[in-house]
Amino acid sequence: MEFCLFSSINTFVTEPLTHDFMRKALFMSSLVAAVCGFLSSYLTLKGWALMGDAVSHSVMPGVVVAYALGLPFSLGAFIFGVGSVALIGFVKQKSRVKEDTVIGLVFTGFFALGIVLVSKIKSNIDLHSILFGSPLGISLSDVKQTVLISLLVVILLSVFRKDLMLYCFDPRHAKTVGINVHFLHYLLLTCLSLAAVVGLQTVGIILVVAMLITPGATAYLLTDQFDNMTIISVLSAIISSVIGIYCSFWFDLETGGSIVLAQTFIFLFAFLFAPRYGIFKFKKLFAGYK
Amino acid sequence: MEKPNYQNYRIDAENICVDYNGKVALYDANLRLKPGQICGLVGMNGAGKTTFFNALTGFVNISKGKIRINGESLRSAQKDQTIAYVPQSEGIDSQFPVNVWDVVMMGRYGSMNILRCPRESDVQAVKDAIERVDLTNYLSTPIGNLSGGQRKRTFLARAIAQRASILLLDEPFTGVDIRTEKLISELFIQFKNEGKTILLSTHDMIHVREFCDLVLLINKTVVAYGETSEVFTTENITSTFGGISPDVLFGPES
Repeated sequence: MEFCLFSSINTFVTEPLTHDFMRKALFMSSLVAAVCGFLSSYLTLKGWALMGDAVSHSVMPGVVVAYALGLPFSLGAFIFGVGSVALIGFVKQKSRVKEDTVIGLVFTGFFALGIVLVSKIKSNIDLHSILFGSPLGISLSDVKQTVLISLLVVILLSVFRKDLMLYCFDPRHAKTVGINVHFLHYLLLTCLSLAAVVGLQTVGIILVVAMLITPGATAYLLTDQFDNMTIISVLSAIISSVIGIYCSFWFDLETGGSIVLAQTFIFLFAFLFAPRYGIFKFKKLFAGYK
Repeated sequence: MEKPNYQNYRIDAENICVDYNGKVALYDANLRLKPGQICGLVGMNGAGKTTFFNALTGFVNISKGKIRINGESLRSAQKDQTIAYVPQSEGIDSQFPVNVWDVVMMGRYGSMNILRCPRESDVQAVKDAIERVDLTNYLSTPIGNLSGGQRKRTFLARAIAQRASILLLDEPFTGVDIRTEKLISELFIQFKNEGKTILLSTHDMIHVREFCDLVLLINKTVVAYGETSEVFTTENITSTFGGISPDVLFGPES
């Protein structure tokens, strides 16, 4: 009986690994999750969740146009991602409309433009894979692009790790000691656009924002140390990706949805049982027995 | 006509104006402070106190006027770590996942390399600063677990670690315990003896009389500026606070 259990667990884990597309999907999703998870700590602390949502939706027309013109889709996505943020800033400054309204207005506009373009431009773009991701069917050129972009984002975030933390915490102090806060602002936005670009391949445009905020939010509940928060965020994102992909393989579920659902469950767990900030505050429970 | 020697002044703000999208927050404000002077910034909420600080730290751009720090531009003052800002309690996210050590170390960022790796001297500066505000037992305490007074001292330590010669303090006495208040008063005297220049905003008139050599009364612009004994009169305070007399505002004792 024990042997049986062991062998079935063994099959559960190793069987998917015999498939080439599964190995690729696991690698890609973990990579993307790590990048988004890294960025996620900054976005949740800066309060940019809505901004993440906006950028990730706004890249849609960029992807479509790039496909139609035969350009790398990441280029199109990046231009529209950064463009949407610039437009949000412009409209906010020049009108009396409040920021959250402007964000909602701009990104839905971009998103709608993308959907209209897909229906008008006759090509072999698969709307479903853009909207919901297709980690199991990523082409080799997409793999290369994703790896390159991921490396770039990880290097940028690593080099400016402490400056970005200070920027999120106390931008005025950063400015006072001669740190260029405008540069950091646009650096964070650039990383956000790039992360949205790589993220949309695995979970799709609609759910990519989850990759950008859930791991950070989970980590925020579990630690009071910024470095630990980044590590927990990255790890929880990678673990969710692996769980999601395995579940999607064995139970024939939509992959992007499974990954995000796994992240949501991990968050829920932290929300309930986090030692200090969870609803049931385990630390207090244990302290009672000492 | 002889050119004034700006180098004598630590802070020299001349006719500065700040507007946010066309809405004027501060206009024609002047301030000149020398080393070792403590100046109180007094005004109603929304009178432009924080805006004044923002302008002096370079956090907002001034639309008119000139700011010179030690006779040089604001930008070079930022590069030289000349100005330190101690924020108001509400100006900070107290739930941010950093501890006392991390926050005080931020005071050294400006003089570190791009990766912000602390050198031996940075570590020593942080240790000394934390000792001066009496928080040595709280090095690894997250700022969310500190009391209001301890948090205020943490940010004061950050300014000390920065080794700035100008300290800007936004409401340093608001929401702190008596022990912190005493420690801050002692530090002020030390800072003054070290030749630091201090500009602090406060609502407490007793503190102004106690510490401040000079006082700047503002209400969108400078209402009165000069030695505390001369400027801090009932008449001036009344006009700063929109016609309400100090007796009504702070009780007959003040």
